[in-house]
Amino acid sequence: MDKNCISPDERSEKFLAKLKSRDIDVQACYQCGRCSSGCPIGDFFDLNVMEVVRLAAYGQEERLLHSHAIWLCAACETCATRCPNEIEIAGLMDVLRELALRKGITPAEPRIPLFHQSFLGSVGRWGKAYEIGMIANYKVKSGDLMGDMKLGVSMFLKGKLKLVPHSIEGKSEIKEIFSGKGKEYDR
Amino acid sequence: MKLSYYPGCSLQGTALDYDQSVREICRTLDIELVDIPDWNCCGASSAHMTDHEVGMRLPMRNLLQAMDADLDILVPCAACFQRLKAADKTLRENPTFWDVKAYAPRLQIVHISTFLARAEILAALRQKVFRPLGDLPIACYYGCLSLRNPRVTDAHNYEMPETLEQIVTAIGARPVAWSHRTECCSGSLTMARPDIAEKLVGDIVTAAKRAGAEAMVTDCPMCQANVESRQAPESGAPAGMPVFFATELIAAALSGSYPARQQKVHLISPAVLANVIADASTRKEDSA
Repeated sequence: MDKNCISPDERSEKFLAKLKSRDIDVQACYQCGRCSSGCPIGDFFDLNVMEVVRLAAYGQEERLLHSHAIWLCAACETCATRCPNEIEIAGLMDVLRELALRKGITPAEPRIPLFHQSFLGSVGRWGKAYEIGMIANYKVKSGDLMGDMKLGVSMFLKGKLKLVPHSIEGKSEIKEIFSGKGKEYDR
Repeated sequence: MKLSYYPGCSLQGTALDYDQSVREICRTLDIELVDIPDWNCCGASSAHMTDHEVGMRLPMRNLLQAMDADLDILVPCAACFQRLKAADKTLRENPTFWDVKAYAPRLQIVHISTFLARAEILAALRQKVFRPLGDLPIACYYGCLSLRNPRVTDAHNYEMPETLEQIVTAIGARPVAWSHRTECCSGSLTMARPDIAEKLVGDIVTAAKRAGAEAMVTDCPMCQANVESRQAPESGAPAGMPVFFATELIAAALSGSYPARQQKVHLISPAVLANVIADASTRKEDSA
């Protein structure tokens, strides 16, 4: 952390209320550090996991939403599993990513949300993940056209990537889910 | 025995052979699988990581589709299992919040290794093995999502699981003791940050080799694809570490054959299993 001065004026009460509504009790952290020490990707984070929890407890939403850590987290749940106070730390990361996207904040790791959106785009369209469509969409959006080309060709030749999407019958229900069912109530 | 079955999207694509081996061994074990009617994607990590509402409603639709049959749901994919469990818990707690009048089925959501490690299934495996795996030293790799978070998965031994070890022992392989059994391979980042995936996979494979393993076995389709594809072949490593599905090993041991078309789907040569099966076959013929 380059800036260690935190002002209560920057505390986001709305963010703290959101965490409360999702039973994510960041105030329960007594800074034992088990979350940070077990994180498999911690070496790549700008804020370590415990710092994320602590900044959340201080309501420092903006700093967290601009961090690399929230995008590099792989949702492996090691932190939440080992937290002696059972703080849902992986759930906190989910809230932060969703808020960053809803607020249109430029993500510190732009390719990662692009991947998630490409994946979900294919699910929203077909009801099931369609690997080739998802990969093509991600490649175009991210501009990473050549990365993993050899791997992709090799997987295709091995019959692992199917040319035709599997589609489900209840696509209208999937459409309803993706069009924001439930969010009418500001959830 | 009759179970509902949720294959998940990977098992219709990159891990199609996983689906085939699950169905094959269930036929052999006299277990009837009924696919959940018109099942949809569980949303995987991408949904819950970016959109809570979608991340819950996608797996929920599958539970509602399975509710009438009310059979336990067998799930081979670790990610699907975790998402279905999360949805099941939330839905039981407060169905009306999710626009469902009532939700209290008897069904349970069962991950494949927990299922296969039941005493009666292990006994059946031991009894039906045709070509035991010749003490093949193997590293059992669980990864994350069938275990964590235990408040969601209800996994008992989430730090020291044993189900894969019990399964491979039943079919004559020798599980090694090693360090990285439940470490994350970063499957959800593998496309966007392959550099991170290569580092994590490198650590996992190095640990498995250090313990003397000649192969790895897993029950997660993302781990299988990621750990095979992110081993850096250009680093001059003498031989890669093949990653098998537990059901793939069982199918080979029970049928006594490891067909060429199955060998072909691996990105890392699976010769070690082909050789074990061939050796066992030669020994059987010699003693006959």
